[in-house]
Amino acid sequence: MDITSETHSQHISKQFNHELEELKTHLMAMGGMVERQVQEAVSALLDGDSRLAERVRDNDKAVNDLQLKIDDECTRVLARRQPAASDLRLVLAVIRATSDLERIGDEASKIARNALALIEAGNGAKGFVEVRHISEHVRKMVRDALTAFARFDIDLALKVVHEDDAVDSEYTSAMRSLMTFMMEDPRSISSVLSVMWILRALERIGDHADNLAEYVIYLVKGLDIRHIDPDELDEDALKR
Amino acid sequence: MPVFDSVTDPASPASAVSTAAVIEIPASASCFEIEGLSLAYGDTPALENLTLRVPRQRVTAFIGPSGCGKTTLLRALNRLHDLNDEVRRQGHIHLEGQEIHAPEVEVAELRRRVGMVFQTPNPFPMSIYENVAFGLRLQAPLKKRQRDEMIEWALRSAALWDEVKDRLHDSAWSLSGGQQQRLVIARTLAVEPEVLLLDEPASALDPISTLKIEELIRSLKSRLTLILVTHNMQQAARVSDYTAFLHAGELVEYAATDALFTNPRLAQTENYITGRMV
Repeated sequence: MDITSETHSQHISKQFNHELEELKTHLMAMGGMVERQVQEAVSALLDGDSRLAERVRDNDKAVNDLQLKIDDECTRVLARRQPAASDLRLVLAVIRATSDLERIGDEASKIARNALALIEAGNGAKGFVEVRHISEHVRKMVRDALTAFARFDIDLALKVVHEDDAVDSEYTSAMRSLMTFMMEDPRSISSVLSVMWILRALERIGDHADNLAEYVIYLVKGLDIRHIDPDELDEDALKR
Repeated sequence: MPVFDSVTDPASPASAVSTAAVIEIPASASCFEIEGLSLAYGDTPALENLTLRVPRQRVTAFIGPSGCGKTTLLRALNRLHDLNDEVRRQGHIHLEGQEIHAPEVEVAELRRRVGMVFQTPNPFPMSIYENVAFGLRLQAPLKKRQRDEMIEWALRSAALWDEVKDRLHDSAWSLSGGQQQRLVIARTLAVEPEVLLLDEPASALDPISTLKIEELIRSLKSRLTLILVTHNMQQAARVSDYTAFLHAGELVEYAATDALFTNPRLAQTENYITGRMV
């Protein structure tokens, strides 16, 4: 059966409600944190702000700590409550989601490190338009996936799953134009490579957002669509 | 392991209750076929129009809140209600194709084929040996050596032999609660039943004894059909292959245990197994 965020908080044990609610709240806090990391890493690059880039790089530890904390809470719920059905799926989805959020955090700090290298080299702004564009796109995906998680919203989750294809093609076309830059001007190779790493990190963030959206579908529907091509999904069945 | 995963469409007329989600077990793989079974104690209905098949050589659990009818259903399967004049019954129960209420069915033989173990261990006030021999003595006479062999086999099957082999003639009351329950199971197994009905068999036992009983249930399903009534949902999830959720005398959902405990189809089941207000 489908679950909704309302029915989910009607356990006879108020304490259990509270524990599950805390898991979600902490996951959202972690999500907000990594989303800010991505945003600041990209801003640092685009604005040439090396102090901001350093801050993002150093902040990764806070994200990692939050992952450990949430995982620990999940372990406790599993051990003490032996959750079943949607409660079990919630705990599993949270565990999986923290792992993807932590990796988004890693990608953000990768972006920050490459931004620092670019700022230090003082090289031009080739590929920055693409970086800005793709970063906005994947940040929206992360945000939407987290909103879908908070609201048990299948429609929004499916939208994120489909967005990932768009990001992939934007990424491919950006790589192609950067390759042209490198061929035209071999002196730019080192800086263009850094931009490519940043684009690669952004594309990976899109993949992680896609995973987060898939966990929402698992949470609400009990269906694991991780290895199903988005185009082959029977969406009508999922929305039923 | 569950082998049948097709579930009838809740809207299809084949399901007993229009809103129920009931797995379709093929007749050829069924031990019990229950059809339109209703049962009332006087004017108080206890079971309403239940239709389900219980698969052979699998563990099937009946779960549900107190008063939902799960024990009533279990007791109906070996006609324990015959002893109560107040009970009124409608519908059919077939065991391996034969209606158990048919006039030619002898109740004593039915109860040999369909053994029952209750919540509180009830060994007879006699020795361990005599407890297991009790049912055998009611049957055709055996030579002592044959009887001894049967008793050893039954006690081994009930995973009790190693603990009692040196004191077979001690009183059954000298055993611990968990051992007594396994002795009762051995007593039931000695007459070679086809089905074992277990009504909360571990609810009076400590966790270690409970695990031994659960292990025993698992080991017995290679030759028996086991039906378990339990309030302990983790127990149902641990040992059963199929789970039927009953509520207010009706079958709500019947599915492979893996499916029922990870992704039940109906809200009522979900609420019950996750401890939400129904």
